[in-house]
Amino acid sequence: MIRVQEEDFDLGAELAKLTAGNAKVGGLAVFVGLVRDMAGAQDIGAMTLEHYPGMTEKMLTRVEAEANERWPLEASLIIHRVGRLEPGDQIVLVAAASAHREAAFEACQFLIDWLKTKAPFWKLEETGDGAKWVEARDSDDTATERWRAPKTGAAE
Amino acid sequence: MKLLYFAWLKTKTGVAEEEVAPPPEVTTVAELLTWLQSRGPGHAEALSDLNALKVAVNQEYARPEDPVGPGDEVAFFPPVTGG
Repeated sequence: MIRVQEEDFDLGAELAKLTAGNAKVGGLAVFVGLVRDMAGAQDIGAMTLEHYPGMTEKMLTRVEAEANERWPLEASLIIHRVGRLEPGDQIVLVAAASAHREAAFEACQFLIDWLKTKAPFWKLEETGDGAKWVEARDSDDTATERWRAPKTGAAE
Repeated sequence: MKLLYFAWLKTKTGVAEEEVAPPPEVTTVAELLTWLQSRGPGHAEALSDLNALKVAVNQEYARPEDPVGPGDEVAFFPPVTGG
């Protein structure tokens, strides 16, 4: 399931709901992104997340479907917040549940790596020098790149 | 054709959304970009650095050679920074 919303989410409740009633789940891997109070050496007062309604949901749905194709998942969840957020606030939650931990860990990392380079969100940071659009990082592309080749299952 | 601008592209062009009717010879993303740059200094500046720009046609990432036409929704935005 995917959700884009302004309001905060209850981490415990979301995770409990995700696996409730499914005893095939042996492992649940979760990543939660939070707003930091620094960007480089600059203090961040707050940030605003803008997105492209419609395309965002389409891309998140696709990322989730891709994860479910690559790994045997029992459940998955992506929640991404938009609007104004302050340091310490939760921005994003991705979770992957599977019978075993390897699939859960890998799928969880895949979900956040792909989301970061494909889903149309943009961060506007409020600093002492005014508001500034965050620039994309090459390391995010590199993180996505390693998932490009289909899994072979063979040892490296 | 409906155009959408996000993040700093919205600031530089001064619009979030506009309806345009490019001439019939504009048939690709690259041609649309060239045509749009002539709409004013804001558009020219915002759309000049193609490396800093992502384009989506009907909410799918598009390349310069991809087709565009009347009725399409075309969005311009910087590389994404969510997560």
